[in-house]
Amino acid sequence: MAEVYLNSKFVGSVDDAPNFVSRLREERRIGSITANLNVYYNEKIDEVYVETSKGRARRPLIVVKDMQPLLTEKHLKQLEKNEISWSDLVKQGIIEYLDAAEEENALVAFFEKDITPEHTHLEITPLAMFGLTSSLVPYGNFNQSTRVNAGSKNQKQALGLYSSNFAVRMDMDVNLLHYSQNPIVKSIMHDISNYSKHPAGQNIVVAVMSYKGYNMEDAVILNKASVERGFGRSTYFRPCTSEELRYSGGLIDQICIPDKDVKGYKSERDYRFLEEDGIVYPEAQVAEGDVVIGKTSPPRFLSSLEEYNLAAGTRRESSVNMKHGEQGVVDFILLTENEEGNRLVQVRVRDERVPEIGDKFTSRHGQKGVVGLIVPEADMPFSVSGIIPDLIFSPHGIPSRMTISHLIEMLGGKVGALAGRYINGTTFDAEPEEKIREELKSLGFRENGVETFYNGITGEVLEAKIFVGNMYYLKLKHLVANKIHSRARGPVQLLTRQPTEGRAKEGGLRLGEMEKDTFVAHGASLLLKERFDSDKTVVPICENCGLIAIKDEYKGKKYCSVCGENVEITDIEISYAFKLILDEFKSLGINQRLQLKSKY
Amino acid sequence: MDNIFAEYEDKLPVKIIEDIKNNIPKGIAQNKLRKILELVLEEYENAKVHPGEAVGLVSAESIGEPGTQMTLNTFHFAGVAEMNVTLGLPRIIEILDGRETPDTPAMEIYLKAPYSGGKDIREFALSLKETKLSNIADEFSISLINSEIEIKLNKEKMKAHSLTTPKVAAIIAKQIKGLNIRESEELIILKSRAKEESLNEIYKAKEKIKDVHIKGVKGISQVLPIKRNDEYVIITSGSNLADVIQLEGVDPYRTTTNNIIEVQQVLGIEAARQLIINEVFKVIENQGFNVDIRHIMLVADTMCVSGKVKGITRYGVVSEKASALARASFETPIKHIINAALIGEIDQLESVVENVMLNQAVPIGTGIPQLIANFKKK
Repeated sequence: MAEVYLNSKFVGSVDDAPNFVSRLREERRIGSITANLNVYYNEKIDEVYVETSKGRARRPLIVVKDMQPLLTEKHLKQLEKNEISWSDLVKQGIIEYLDAAEEENALVAFFEKDITPEHTHLEITPLAMFGLTSSLVPYGNFNQSTRVNAGSKNQKQALGLYSSNFAVRMDMDVNLLHYSQNPIVKSIMHDISNYSKHPAGQNIVVAVMSYKGYNMEDAVILNKASVERGFGRSTYFRPCTSEELRYSGGLIDQICIPDKDVKGYKSERDYRFLEEDGIVYPEAQVAEGDVVIGKTSPPRFLSSLEEYNLAAGTRRESSVNMKHGEQGVVDFILLTENEEGNRLVQVRVRDERVPEIGDKFTSRHGQKGVVGLIVPEADMPFSVSGIIPDLIFSPHGIPSRMTISHLIEMLGGKVGALAGRYINGTTFDAEPEEKIREELKSLGFRENGVETFYNGITGEVLEAKIFVGNMYYLKLKHLVANKIHSRARGPVQLLTRQPTEGRAKEGGLRLGEMEKDTFVAHGASLLLKERFDSDKTVVPICENCGLIAIKDEYKGKKYCSVCGENVEITDIEISYAFKLILDEFKSLGINQRLQLKSKY
Repeated sequence: MDNIFAEYEDKLPVKIIEDIKNNIPKGIAQNKLRKILELVLEEYENAKVHPGEAVGLVSAESIGEPGTQMTLNTFHFAGVAEMNVTLGLPRIIEILDGRETPDTPAMEIYLKAPYSGGKDIREFALSLKETKLSNIADEFSISLINSEIEIKLNKEKMKAHSLTTPKVAAIIAKQIKGLNIRESEELIILKSRAKEESLNEIYKAKEKIKDVHIKGVKGISQVLPIKRNDEYVIITSGSNLADVIQLEGVDPYRTTTNNIIEVQQVLGIEAARQLIINEVFKVIENQGFNVDIRHIMLVADTMCVSGKVKGITRYGVVSEKASALARASFETPIKHIINAALIGEIDQLESVVENVMLNQAVPIGTGIPQLIANFKKK
């Protein structure tokens, strides 16, 4: 008597569980019950689980009966001629989807030749165990699973031709790789997914060697000439948007060049790129602070201010300008309306990103690294045949990570480039390494891929033979230009007068609690004080009552609001944050007094 | 000879002078001895902490840095015979917090001859182990009709502890008052002397009787004799220093526990200080880190200065800080500010945290020396 659970709820029991389960499966295959059903029999505890709920990950497998896979040559021919489709195979019970639980009852063969009487299913292809991006890693079966995973994750961050109609799109914050190429070493997934329609990298010559220590800790060296020829060059698009909002009282924003009497008028120079309609002209070279869309808004609090303020009634400036640290060329302008019928202006700014030190590059094997140095072509090492690598990759990245696929791709890429053909690097189904080596030999190269190299600076022959090959390299979206940040002086917060936080606000880099401790531990007392001077203020204190006094700069006198004028009032230097906490104490009803004494 | 040493008496600590005395060869020439002492003095002066050195912070960083690497890397002994003792970061936190009872109290009991040589070591160890009534009884039941409690004893277990039913009954009678005791074969029957007793109270009495202490030392739940350097030592889980050191055959001078508060109560604050140092150092060493023992000594000193062990918590040493602002900067600020306001505390701004808050030079290192100029009036 096995208990049966349907979607984790007890529904009854059966006498002959194996028979029940196999009948259920049979019904599913002939289509009399839903194909979304999975059933799992746990022999140990004698319970049957039937699942039809959503949210189970399932994968397709070919059904095997009496050591024969149900998928035959006939089906394949029909598929080729487009007479039947995938869903027909599922309907006919030739292919079925198993969930994680039912897989426990199944024995799956990788290849047809492996099938034994125990096998219940056949893998469609071993590649089916990977997802889309993991199958894009060539020779993945030569790697640790973690590296394949890392490689597929890296590819998701690569810049490429993300969409072929990019020129008419208004995407937020996108990058576009110039001269993107098809990989020489590819897997069948590249064909299936139409990778050639949206490639994301470039084939380059890679040498595995050290270069003066500039490629240690995963860094890579770039050839300056390659960079100038366009390797890794990309464009960064960022749109600026503005709309004419409507306010109560029939007032409306106006996109125009603001008048000089508008409140908050910047300067004539800032508006110099605007045409009469208040919008920049295309191909304008804009830099930080330049206005891209000129706009004025109606005054705030219209009714209450009118009586008192002479300037009331003047409009406010509310233009859109280039953010801190950003520059570029106005690329595309879109004039339209939004859902509410307000006029909407979008301006797309483009900025060319040439690879620079600190940009992130990766191969498809989780071997990511940052550019450590861009070397003039003249100083790059070169091979006997005169080949100068585009990129130098550090050999120290290989032993600990054991990414053999990286090395095989170099070999494969080399053969592909020399023979002028694509190399199939599909995981578990690739061109064998031996064949590639043989072909490389027949092409007149050493079969192990190494070549004699010369030192680019001295011209001496390098003692070691250098492993070179062609690889598909990807530029990742983490660009220094989008992240670089420094500050000496800059904006402060209104409340605490301490520096703002974050790159977007030109913020300071916090010297935190533990960093403070290191200053104290070194006894660098006065240096510590200077570091925290960012919010220092001078406060007059009444020495009689110890409260903050008032300094009237206009009349040139100091007085205490409690004790009057005839008291000693001394200026002290404290952090504004402390002045703030004293104010907070007052709001708590706590009276605090400062007792001053001479420091010396 | 002695007059040379006398010269250095107030320059060097007694301990160092003693060490030199014990280690110099006999009949050493006077100028050689003087040279030795001179070199020792130089080394001693070099080893001194400079004025204004941020000793506490350096200690905190020196202990804290390996602490970050230890994170919950608790190491457990596997196997039946070994004792399970909290180690690693949880143990350090436990010690520095000054907890009343450690997570896994344990003792190391050193023995006097002949036990230290291994005589009757197993029996001796077993005699320490606390035996409760529930350990030797099979069943506790309440007979509803007679409102009695029946205890069924296990013969074999009794035998192992060399007990008899009358003996057990006598022990119970001694510890539990207000009950009449009858005994028969393997049964002990207890009945309340009070006439009317509710079932609830009988049940409570039953639970209480389960914990009746029969034999051994209270609190010692496991014993394990081991051989350490030609000597037998008993390690226990559970701790009761006060009772154990009074036992015949136990060496009270070397017997230790890992319960710091207990040591403070039994042996005093100086012993507790030493125990803190030993225990923290043991953990750090065990994890393969290298922290100078003087950092730990400083921590132990701060915990013990008040004469009672105080943890490094907001209730412990932090609450002892002189500055209200410094206390407020460490957990529950509002509580400290309000209490300071109630009694009108004056903050002298003499320590580091307050001065950082005010953006003043902290009185440490370069913040200490000050220039005093004497202007002469014309």
